[in-house]
Amino acid sequence: MTPDIIKHALLLSMALFAIGAVGVFLRRNIITIFMCVELMLNAVNLSFIAFSRSLGTLDAQVLVFFVLTVAAAEAAVGLAIVISMQRHRSTLDVDTFSLLKW
Amino acid sequence: MQQELAITALKVGVLLNLLLMIFSGMTFIERRLLAFMQFRLGPNRTGPFGLLQPIADGIKLFFKEEVVPEGANKWIFIAAPAIAIITAFLSVAVVPWGGTVTFPHWGILPDFLEGRPVLLQIADLDIGVLYLFALSSLSVYAIVMAGWAANNKYTLLGGLRSSAQMFSYELALGLSWIGIILLAGSFRFGDIVRYQDGWFWHWFLFKQPLAFLVFLVAGTAEANRTPFDLPEAETELVAGFHTEYSSMRFALLQMAEYVHMITISAVGANLFFGGWMSPVAFLPDSPLWFILKLAGFLFFFVWLRGTLPRFRYDQLMDFGWKVLVPLAVLNLMVTAVVVVALQ
Amino acid sequence: MNIDAVTFYVAAALALVSAIVVVAQRNPIYSAFALIVTLCSLSAIYGILGASFVAILQVVVYAGAIMVLFLFVLMLLNVRPEERFAGESLRFKLLGVGLAGLLAAQVAYVLWRFAPSGVAAVFDASSRPVARILFSPQYLYVFEATSILILAALVGSVALARKDA
Repeated sequence: MTPDIIKHALLLSMALFAIGAVGVFLRRNIITIFMCVELMLNAVNLSFIAFSRSLGTLDAQVLVFFVLTVAAAEAAVGLAIVISMQRHRSTLDVDTFSLLKW
Repeated sequence: MQQELAITALKVGVLLNLLLMIFSGMTFIERRLLAFMQFRLGPNRTGPFGLLQPIADGIKLFFKEEVVPEGANKWIFIAAPAIAIITAFLSVAVVPWGGTVTFPHWGILPDFLEGRPVLLQIADLDIGVLYLFALSSLSVYAIVMAGWAANNKYTLLGGLRSSAQMFSYELALGLSWIGIILLAGSFRFGDIVRYQDGWFWHWFLFKQPLAFLVFLVAGTAEANRTPFDLPEAETELVAGFHTEYSSMRFALLQMAEYVHMITISAVGANLFFGGWMSPVAFLPDSPLWFILKLAGFLFFFVWLRGTLPRFRYDQLMDFGWKVLVPLAVLNLMVTAVVVVALQ
Repeated sequence: MNIDAVTFYVAAALALVSAIVVVAQRNPIYSAFALIVTLCSLSAIYGILGASFVAILQVVVYAGAIMVLFLFVLMLLNVRPEERFAGESLRFKLLGVGLAGLLAAQVAYVLWRFAPSGVAAVFDASSRPVARILFSPQYLYVFEATSILILAALVGSVALARKDA
């Protein structure tokens, strides 16, 4: 186990987070945006695990467990909302849901 | 290090061959047994007693034309059977087929193999049972991909139904194992089997009867076997998710399904029937006991197929969520209370 | 070059490439498959970093259940690949990538200055120690609150996705 592995894992986490952020900025399909948000959540999980290994504490892994659970609940509710959105407007383009824009 | 690698490669080679032989044997035995149960003869023309029938089937499938339907998503269409077979074979890696056997001194083996104790399990993972659960979750994707990629509404419906059925019953399957894990105190297969040492009343079959029932039903649904095989029934949905597959890809999908069934039987034999432990205390433990129990499970699956009619899809989903999951959770709660009370 | 390091770099490269496919691919179903690949390679990285229990949980929960849900919704809603629209320009895409690059640069700067060094020597992250902390009084409230959250999500998603009939 090279000592650099923690640094590289954190860099990977940062890169994945940035890629997910690009996806949330640029994509128009609501489900793809959702998947990029899940990508960002996973990047954060990776940084938690990297720190857990570096500091020798297991609390971070318990936090990852909770993040996993919350992501599952959020995915379920989010996709239910997406289904009702599709039923309403027959499209999943985020730009069409602009009724609240002034 | 290299010796370990060589021994693991040997184990993998032997196990793959064994699995493929059991698979082809199962296709033949299933047809014969079903036929006897239905008061007719099965295939008995090819070779003595029809024993060469699997070879004939293999040759036939090999020479068929490989068709990719027009408008189908070609890469995912090709990838789906590959993923099915990969997850099916990967899950066999943690199932133990026996305890530790030692190579005898035959004089013809290489030096490092003489008298060396070898564990009859490819990977003795710390999280053995969970790994199996993870791989059966991944095997759902093969069916979803196969159903969607063929550009056919019947296969899409069949694929979605089949994968919904699989992950619903997976939950009950996993919950039925947790009671055993609580009692044995470990996720390792080896620990769980060794906990059942002794006479046959030490088996988890008698300590967790409700979990065994849930496992039987959920395992049958997981393996897409009758009475839960609506998604691939030939009379409904035109053979379901593997309608558009022909030749070797179809053979791969069938292989994946049978290997999945063999894995579930092997897990049942290990978790509930004591694996390679002998049922009587004065006979030695050996892998032959495990093969016997595995054969019992496989016979039971064929027996079910010959006896029971199919569930309708809504009955299937109702049963999985409203009956099996509550039963499994009830079993888990009672087991947890008993474990804490006896500490 | 030990096997751990090789596996880590291969898995990291795979995770990066499939993450870029998730973001760049026009067909959402391909994005979903690429995300599954990302999740499984991240699980491999968790395993290398010693967190075996979390690694297997990641496969079971994320790659095995959440992504199946995504795929189901994508296939049931028959989602088509995104089409080009009027007003799309390369400039906005570059602006988006630039902003994310700025974010990445800031985080990289912090990491380079205050990077943790050293790896904990003895590390047992199997299920028993993690469970001991999870069920300890310190996280009890969070645990129970998460159970209620899952119940709320269960009821909420059924209520939201129903047809008003």
